[in-house]
Amino acid sequence: MEPLNGDDRPHLPPPSLWPVGFAVGVACVLVGLIVDPLVVVPIGVAILLVFGFLWARDATKGYRAPVPDLEPETRRPGREAPPIPAHVGEAAMPEPEPGEIERFPRSKFLEFSTLGLGGVIGGIVTIPILGPMVANPFRHEKHGKLDLGPLSDFPSGQWMIATFMTDPAEGEVTRRTAYIRNNGESNGEPSFTIISNRCAHLGCPVQPNGPVFDNKKKVERTKGAGDVTLIPMLPAGGFGCPCHGGQYNPEGNRTAGPPVRALDRYDYSIVGGHLVLGKTYSVSKVDGTGAQAKIHRYGLANPGNHVDGPEAWLYPLQPPH
Amino acid sequence: MPRSRKSARRQRMEAAINYPIEWLEERSGLIGGVRYFLFRKVPSDTNWMQTLGSATLTAFIVQAVTGAILAMYYKPDPNSAYQSIQHITNDVWLGWLVRGMHRWGASVFIILMFFHMARVFLFGAYKYPRELNWIVGVLLLALGMLEGFTGYLLPWDQTAYWATVVGININGTAPFLGPFLAQFLRGGAEIGPDTLARFYSIHMLLIPGALIGLIGLHLYLVVRLGVTSPPWSKEAAGAERVEKPKRGRRGLLMPGARGGIPR
Ligand code: HEM
Ligand code: FES
Repeated sequence: MEPLNGDDRPHLPPPSLWPVGFAVGVACVLVGLIVDPLVVVPIGVAILLVFGFLWARDATKGYRAPVPDLEPETRRPGREAPPIPAHVGEAAMPEPEPGEIERFPRSKFLEFSTLGLGGVIGGIVTIPILGPMVANPFRHEKHGKLDLGPLSDFPSGQWMIATFMTDPAEGEVTRRTAYIRNNGESNGEPSFTIISNRCAHLGCPVQPNGPVFDNKKKVERTKGAGDVTLIPMLPAGGFGCPCHGGQYNPEGNRTAGPPVRALDRYDYSIVGGHLVLGKTYSVSKVDGTGAQAKIHRYGLANPGNHVDGPEAWLYPLQPPH
Repeated sequence: MPRSRKSARRQRMEAAINYPIEWLEERSGLIGGVRYFLFRKVPSDTNWMQTLGSATLTAFIVQAVTGAILAMYYKPDPNSAYQSIQHITNDVWLGWLVRGMHRWGASVFIILMFFHMARVFLFGAYKYPRELNWIVGVLLLALGMLEGFTGYLLPWDQTAYWATVVGININGTAPFLGPFLAQFLRGGAEIGPDTLARFYSIHMLLIPGALIGLIGLHLYLVVRLGVTSPPWSKEAAGAERVEKPKRGRRGLLMPGARGGIPR
C-alpha cells in the first residue's frame, strides 16, 4: 500500500460497522430470491446500495483527507544527546519492595488457570471420545432368540450345517455357522451336540471332513435368526480348518495342528418344540461322545487362548461378551 | 537493440514476479521458512541412499492422495463395501488405476520405509544426537504397518475378511490384555456391522493424522540436526554447521565431530 500522510506504516481502513448492514443486505437478497423476488429483493438491493455507499465512503476517508503538513525536522543530524548509561540514570521501574517478589504474580496465576482450565476442558472432552471408541465394544450384547426351527428338521443321528443370523436387522455380516447333531433322547430329554465353526486356533471357519448334501438344503425364514439354512452332512473325518490345517474329531476335540483347545459349543434349549440356541462357551476337551459326552466347559475365550493348563494363566480375564 | 531497454523490461518482469513472493514473505515469513527447509547445507559427500527418506515421503503422499479419491466412492458398510470396490474398479473412469496405485503403493511405502531404515542403520545415522529421530521412525513404522492392517479389511472380500479375523485373533493371543485388544479392534465380541466402519475410520482418519504429525516432527529433527555423512566420509559430520572447524584430530568430545548441533 502507498505510504500515506507522510509515514511509512501501512494504513488499513478504519474500523467500521457499515459492513454489517451490507451483509444484512446480501442475506436479504438471497432470502428474497427464494421467498419473494419482487418485493424482498429490491429491499435488499436498497440496503446493499445504502450501506455499500456508506462503507465505501468510510473506507476511503484516509485517501480523501488532505495530507497534513509535516513538522519540520529541527535537530541537526548526528548531534543527539549521548545515551545515559544504565547504572547512572534513574531506574526505569521502581525497586520492588522486599517481599513483593514472593507474592503470587499475576502471570503465574494466568498461566496456571489457563493450564487448569485447558486440562478440565480436555478431560471433559475425553470422556465422550473414549466412550464410543474404547468402552462401547465391551458392553454386553443382547441377542434375540436364535430359533432354528422345529425339532423335526433335525432327524436323530443326523449332522446338520446350520447357518443363521445373530442380528437379522444388520444383515449377512452377522451370519454364523454351527454344526448340529441330534443325539436322540437321553433321560427323556432331547440331546444335541452343537459345535461352533470358529476355529480355536485363530478363528477361521472349520469345514466338515466328509460329504455335504447341498441338494437337500432347506431354508427357513425365521424372525429371530433371519434365513436359517440347514444342510445335512456326514463329517466322518471330523472337522478341518482351511487356514493352518487344524484338525478336530466329530466331538470337536483337537486332533492335529495349531489349535489350543477343542471347538467352542452353543448352549441350547427346546422351546415349544423348537431348537433355540443360547450362549457360546469354550471347551478344553470332550470325553465320550453324543449324549454321554462329558464336556470340560469354560467361559467363552478368544481363539488362540488356552482355557486350561498353565498356559491359561496368561489369560486370566476375558472381556464380557 | 538497445541493451538498456531490454534490461528495463526485464527489471519490470522481475519486479512483477517478485511482488507476490515478497508480499507473501512480508506477511508470513513462509518463503524464508521454505528456503531454510529446502536449501540446507549438507555434507558434500551425501549418498543416493540418503534420498530413501524422501522416496518414502513421496510414497506416503501418493497414498494420501489416492486414498482421498478412493474415499469419494468407497462405502464402509458391510452390505455395500464389496460392491463399491467393484464399482471403483470397473465403472469409475481410471478408478482401476487409482485403486491399483493405492494397493501397490501401500507395499511400496512399507518396503521403502524398511530400505530407509536399513540405510539409517547401516550409516550409523541413528547415533547421537539422532536417537530421538530413530524412535520417531519406529513409531512411523508401526503406524505404517497398522495402516496396512486396517486397510486390508476394506475390500470386504473373503481374503480381506478372514485375514482380518486371523489378524485380530493373533492380537488376541497376547498375554493378559490380548483378548481385550482383540475386542477393542473388532468393536465388539464378534466381527459385526461396526467393525468395517471402525477400521475405515482408523485407516483414513486416525492413523494418517498421527502419521502426518510424526512425519512433521521427523523432518523437523532432520533439518535441526542435519544429515549424517556416509560412514566412509573423510569430512567430519556436521562440519558444515560449525562456524570454524577446528584443525587436528576430531575427538569424540569435540563439538561438531559427531553431529552438527546448531547453536
Ligand atoms: C513415514 C515414514 C518415513 C518418512 C516419510 C521418513 C522421512 C525421512 C527423511 C526425508 C529423512 C531425511 C534423510 C534421508 O532421506 O535419509 C529421514 C531421516 C531419518 N529417518 Fe526417516 N522417514 C520415515 C521412517 C523412518 C523409520 C521407520 C526410521 C527408523 C526406525 C527412520 C529413521 C530416520 C533417522 C534416524 C533419520 C536421520 C538420518 C540422518 O540424519 O542421516 N525414519 N527420514
Ligand atoms: S485358524 Fe484354524 S488352524 Fe489356524
